[in-house]
Amino acid sequence: MDNFKRFCLGVACCLALALTGMPPARADDFSGLESGDFDQVCASITGLAGSGNPQAVTVLEALEQHALFFAPAGGLFIVHGQTYTDARTGQAVATPPDGVKPIKLNNRVRKALASAQAELALASSQAQERQKAADLLYVRHDPAFLPALDHALASEKNTQVHLHLLRARAATLLAQPAEGAGSVDARIGAVKALESVGGLEARGLLAAVAAADVEAPGVRKAAADAVAHIDWHLRVWNVLQNAFYGLSYGSVLLLAATGLAITFGVMGVINMAHGELMMIGAYVTWMVQQAIRGTVPALEPVSILVAIPVAFGVCGALGVLIERGLIRFLYGRPLETLLATWGLSLVLQQAVRSIFGPTNIAVQTPSWLSGSVSVGGMDITLNRLAILVFAFAVLGGLMLVLRRTALGLEMRAVTQNRRMAALMGIRTPRVDALAFGLGAGLAGLAGVAVSQIDNVSPNLGQSYIIDSFMGVVFGGGGNLWGTLAAAMALGMGGKVLEPTVGAVSAKIAILVLVILYIQRHPRGMFPVRGRGVES
Amino acid sequence: MPVTPFNLSRRAFGRLALASSAAVVGAAYRPGVALAAAPKGEPIKVGILHSLSGTMAISETTLKDVMLMLIEEQNRKGGLLGRPLQAVVVDPASNWPLFAEKARQLLSVDKASAVFGCWTSVSRKSVLPVFEELNGILFYPVQYEGQECSRNIFYTGAAPNQQAIPAVDYLLSEDGGGAKRFALVGTDYVYPRTTNQILVNYLKSKGIKEEDILVNYTPFGQSDWQTIVSQIKAFGSAGKKTAVVSTINGDANVPFYKELGNQGISATDIPVMAFSVGEEELAGMDTKPLVGQLAAWNYFESIDTPANQNFIKQWHAYTKNPKRTTNDPMEAHYIGFNMWVQAVTKAGTTDHDKVIDAMIGVRQPNLTGGIAEMLPDHHLTKPVYIGEIQDDGQFSVVWKTPQLVPGQAWSPWVPETKDLVGDWRKPIACGNYNTVSKSCLGARHG
Amino acid sequence: MNRLFATSALPFSGALRMAALVFVAATLLAGASLLPQTNPMHVSAFVVSLAGKYLAYAMLALAVDLVWGFAGILTLGHAAFFALGGYAMGMYLMREIGARGVYGNASLPDFMIFLSWTRLPWYWWGTDHFAWAMLLVLIVPGVLAGVFGWLAFRSRVSGVYLSIITQALTYALMLAFFQNGLGFGGNNGLTDFKDILGADLHTPVTRAALLFVTGSVLAAALLLSRLVVGGRFGNLLVAVRDAENRTRFLGYRPDQVKLLVWVFSAMIAGLGGALYVTQVGIINPGEFAPANSIESVIWVAVGGRGTLSGAVMGAVMVNLGKTLFTAWLPEFWLYGLGLLFLCTTLFLPQGLMGLRRKQVAPQNIAEEVTPEVSTPEGNEA
Repeated sequence: MDNFKRFCLGVACCLALALTGMPPARADDFSGLESGDFDQVCASITGLAGSGNPQAVTVLEALEQHALFFAPAGGLFIVHGQTYTDARTGQAVATPPDGVKPIKLNNRVRKALASAQAELALASSQAQERQKAADLLYVRHDPAFLPALDHALASEKNTQVHLHLLRARAATLLAQPAEGAGSVDARIGAVKALESVGGLEARGLLAAVAAADVEAPGVRKAAADAVAHIDWHLRVWNVLQNAFYGLSYGSVLLLAATGLAITFGVMGVINMAHGELMMIGAYVTWMVQQAIRGTVPALEPVSILVAIPVAFGVCGALGVLIERGLIRFLYGRPLETLLATWGLSLVLQQAVRSIFGPTNIAVQTPSWLSGSVSVGGMDITLNRLAILVFAFAVLGGLMLVLRRTALGLEMRAVTQNRRMAALMGIRTPRVDALAFGLGAGLAGLAGVAVSQIDNVSPNLGQSYIIDSFMGVVFGGGGNLWGTLAAAMALGMGGKVLEPTVGAVSAKIAILVLVILYIQRHPRGMFPVRGRGVES
Repeated sequence: MPVTPFNLSRRAFGRLALASSAAVVGAAYRPGVALAAAPKGEPIKVGILHSLSGTMAISETTLKDVMLMLIEEQNRKGGLLGRPLQAVVVDPASNWPLFAEKARQLLSVDKASAVFGCWTSVSRKSVLPVFEELNGILFYPVQYEGQECSRNIFYTGAAPNQQAIPAVDYLLSEDGGGAKRFALVGTDYVYPRTTNQILVNYLKSKGIKEEDILVNYTPFGQSDWQTIVSQIKAFGSAGKKTAVVSTINGDANVPFYKELGNQGISATDIPVMAFSVGEEELAGMDTKPLVGQLAAWNYFESIDTPANQNFIKQWHAYTKNPKRTTNDPMEAHYIGFNMWVQAVTKAGTTDHDKVIDAMIGVRQPNLTGGIAEMLPDHHLTKPVYIGEIQDDGQFSVVWKTPQLVPGQAWSPWVPETKDLVGDWRKPIACGNYNTVSKSCLGARHG
Repeated sequence: MNRLFATSALPFSGALRMAALVFVAATLLAGASLLPQTNPMHVSAFVVSLAGKYLAYAMLALAVDLVWGFAGILTLGHAAFFALGGYAMGMYLMREIGARGVYGNASLPDFMIFLSWTRLPWYWWGTDHFAWAMLLVLIVPGVLAGVFGWLAFRSRVSGVYLSIITQALTYALMLAFFQNGLGFGGNNGLTDFKDILGADLHTPVTRAALLFVTGSVLAAALLLSRLVVGGRFGNLLVAVRDAENRTRFLGYRPDQVKLLVWVFSAMIAGLGGALYVTQVGIINPGEFAPANSIESVIWVAVGGRGTLSGAVMGAVMVNLGKTLFTAWLPEFWLYGLGLLFLCTTLFLPQGLMGLRRKQVAPQNIAEEVTPEVSTPEGNEA
């Protein structure tokens, strides 16, 4: 089939030539790109990078951006909107030939492309670009780039970049088989260089060197020592990394549980529809994003910030509505409230399903929340870090509300002794409605956060509800410090267990531990003290 | 609103309900269809057994819609055997015992001539005894773990050798990156377990060492992938080309890919080959960080053939939504439905036994080229494509099998089943025939 | 005291009548299904298996009512006991398949072969004997409930805390059973059963017999429950429910009272699960889902808690509604269920039985039997 296609292509080329009298397709650095065959495209990319062709940088960039097109009859074009440029000459083309198609990429092409671009970037005038290129070649450690690295090293003035180039060269050197790739001393030097870099990548390379029979004994020993050294570092960092995972998992639980803790503390009811309010918060995030994209696209990256107050408002209002329309009729019957809110959760779920459809919706993660930063030997993913900060900010804000505002004072009074608070003139129904609204608003905030790490579908609430219940009862009812401690304990516990026993068993173990803990301490870690709650 | 007649004493209401509901269904589905042009006679009932609520609604609702579209189109073409087709939609609500109950209802109360339904393996396992007992016909449209061959089920999705094995072949090839180390990551249920068991044996036969294979299972709906992704990262930095084969169930994929992207694992370093991520799943994801990640299917929406264009156009018109995606299980239903129509036409009756016999050997063009044939083990011949995720939420095909691949009910890579075949033609007429001992192990009709 | 007596005396006749009704209805349906197809009185296999399923659910509802209606423990995890009973029965039915599985192995169920296991794990020993399996049906839920209840009641975990940890219990069990490594078939659970005690499960006679057995067991469970909650022990239960501290001060041990009824209830649920599996043909971890337990509570609420017969009625009615709705208006089923929760708690706190009782004794029962009005004043009002 492919051969047949190529044959057709050839025939078409000849025909086109015969008809138009165009010069024959040159077998130059570019011709592989026109072939439609991944092997030749890759070869052509590598060739271009080493050729010193002035068009190389532009062409490769266009290829990366899907802007490099080829004509079946021969000819490469860089296309931007309606303007066509001949890739070989860089001159504008008025009327492109028929049937131009973008050049397809696959992972192999992308990889060759990245390496080729890095090779070209070694000659860049920007130190930052050169350093990035050196880092990429360090990861690739492809022996083919050794000459390019040597060349770059010879002329590099910037000490920082020089260091990165040296590392890349060390890795590239060690990735080659022992024979004919540097003296024993040079290889031991390379081992030392990699040891100073540390990390998984270096460890992998060094372990391979230490296990290679062809390597000189001195090199192998140095490599083995280096591996042991790196391993020790990795273990230490691993502990910290797991601690971060635990914190970040705990912060998600914390966000999900604080709202629940508020309503439970003030009113003694567990809101089973809490998860659904989170889900609505996530949908609000999506709607805000869509609206902003439709009206002011420039603000799209910060749409998530706009979504925070909107989600709080929408869910809070919904919460007040639920309290006024449903919960207040069930006063003094917390278990019935539990059932009623469960019914409500089913209705909300199905309503969202009817309106938005049952499938996942795509909430975009802005670029400033994507990716990760390396701190020593661990990676801190930005979206998780943002949620961690957000969770503590929400908790701090909530503390302020509870301690510094009149509503907070009233809520605390009602929590401690409803009857007495009422006698002192506090309008407990109003406090209840506002407390429920506050709890629901917090669920909305949790929804905004969760939309950045999880899928947003009508089922979203279900997956968080049990964990957040655990957080509340484990922590001890309406105590925010308790909720914080519980969420972090659950998060940390889960993440400490997970690498050894697996995700499922870790979860089961945590549940069983919480059950047993509740048996010993029936009101959680930090029980709310006060006359009203002791029944 | 799809309305189905349901009555406990069907004798009393049967006819009345049938006539009225046929009218209701005809009128309610698409007001645009003129009833006068519809074929006359007692309708042939087609059961649709897909969850419309609960956790599986996310995937299955689309399949219900595509079935309604196909049935409507068939009615416009004059129905079947001169009689109109009538869809009977029920909601098993992602509840597995309810699947069995609804299957029994479709077969014994509604007398459905064929049932199109199920998504998860457990729902199929739940209805299987019912279909065998009542001798019904089920078309199962989803890629699955194989190791099953019932006379009453037609498996129109891929068997492991039509998805998993070609996908791994691709990863081993130079184009796919020449992977030497594999992380098999999946949700803990039967499909990933079986697929991974087959793949481990297959990889070993290709010279991959035991220590270069990492198998990891997670619970359903896993949302915190930090630890597992960092394990993959560590596994992938041992100096050998590493690839991930993901049998992670639909819902958990979004957080998984998000975590991959955030921890900086790109497709050029460690490609992820997924078996459960299709266009529908991508529609719920931001695909920019995922460009280059892989999926193996028998159908991609982006494949440019006239038949596929036509199907997509029809789907958009039917759903009145130009953004609705099409996917592999939808094509499976398209093929299955058209094969059933052919078989009924060939048999001249909807009698289950006759239709089951007539099904084998029926040929139906795929939407993406080639012709699907129903094999004696009730699986199909299928083309296998490898697609790369693009930033527009579609896949771009980077590889396909040179020929159509015939589906194998029993995997030759599992020691217990390497000698088994399914062949429902006479004289063997057995779902698990041992070719060595020349005996049927029991999966026989009646 | 007067009122305590009043609340516990009322269901007596109701439970007795309901037991008789269940028994007669099951017998009649089972009999009618054996009539020839042409007979106008013939009942299809579909109806028989549905009826059997409803009655098995009614057992679960009865179990929930015993603890919620009479001991004031709102359990959100009773489906766990139901599912454990089901798994015990499923293990027996699995072993009965013998060499008729797809791999043709006489000693190992199919799913173990697929996981490359070579021998049965110890907890499967003896499950090929019906009697042992039946014992497991009662013992496993009973022991789990015993340990859990002993710990919980002894340390006076109550109210919402207790509800949430029962939910955590069933959730943890669900996650555990989803694991293929546990040896219960993972997500697929146990299925494709062939026969029970040598009788083919797919024949009308077996089906009719199973329905008859389910009806009889349910009727017996109703009577037995009536015996337990009636009389002195019943009064004590209601006393614990309505004023636990006072009962304790009077010298009773509320924890032991609760534990007894809790274990008894778990065993009834387990029995219900066992009967359920024989008629539905599959048991899998989905049965442990917290939503199932909560649904079973609403059956009781609809019928009327603390009445025994109301639980049976509620279970049958809600499930019948579910069967009809998921066929008629599939998209609207969840709205219906959700509204049922809302309306029952808002407008029918005593359930359907409450409607009838109001006619008998026109007083504010809602306030009187609601244990959560926990301030002392509430009970004396």
